[in-house]
Amino acid sequence: MFKKLHITCNEATTICDKSQYKEASFFEKIKLNLHFLGCKICRLYTNQNKRMSDLFKAKSLACKGKINHLSEIDKEVLKKQIKEFKV
Amino acid sequence: MLQEKITLNPNKWIDNYADYLFNYAVVRVNDGDLAKDLVQETFFAGLKSGKNFQGKASERTWLISILKRKVIDHYRKINSKKGQAEVRMSFYDDGENEGSWIEERVPQSWDNASEKAIENQELKTQLDICIDNLPEKYALVFRMKTIQEFETEEICKELGITSSNLWVIIHRARTQLRKCMEDNWFNN
Repeated sequence: MFKKLHITCNEATTICDKSQYKEASFFEKIKLNLHFLGCKICRLYTNQNKRMSDLFKAKSLACKGKINHLSEIDKEVLKKQIKEFKV
Repeated sequence: MLQEKITLNPNKWIDNYADYLFNYAVVRVNDGDLAKDLVQETFFAGLKSGKNFQGKASERTWLISILKRKVIDHYRKINSKKGQAEVRMSFYDDGENEGSWIEERVPQSWDNASEKAIENQELKTQLDICIDNLPEKYALVFRMKTIQEFETEEICKELGITSSNLWVIIHRARTQLRKCMEDNWFNN
């Protein structure tokens, strides 16, 4: 039983990353919290990871608000190419 | 009920679908020129295989399905490319320390984190630099998951990877980004 609950720092931080997207399972969260009891480094990683997520979120909002268009010149070129296209 | 069969009208493609296809591609490959090429290839492939169009789906759906394949081909290409940027490992991957932090990669506390506000253009620029330093495939999966916020399942389907592959990539990308931001921003 105890062996099943023991995870490495690599596994712990993977779960931590997963939970940033709310996709860590309940069992994974238990293992993560047990790991925190003995590991300061991963606790620090988790705190910083939340901060990184805020940063990513801000970037995401900025990017998603943007709709990308082809320029009119590019469109004209494409139109010409389609007209001249021979199968 | 008989549905009217849809026929292709390539002369209208650019006006009707070019922006839609372009946006679809940019979001996935994060490169305007490359996206433009993919859209162009899609239209050409559409013209070539127009006779196979059965009129069951709309023109747009049909064109998107072609573009999707082009995007997947691109992923495959970058995946097999040799000499791509190296992934710095943060954990020992064998020996008795397997899974533990490598000393020089251990997170340091961010002393001036509070002074460095989140809403800052310089900060965003630095983040972009760090993301661009990731191996192309990692940057791509990271962007799709975190910036474009695609569902895990959708990314796995599009890239042909399993969800555990995806989490390994996300994990490595995030630890590398954390370290990059620590070195160049928070403790700089």
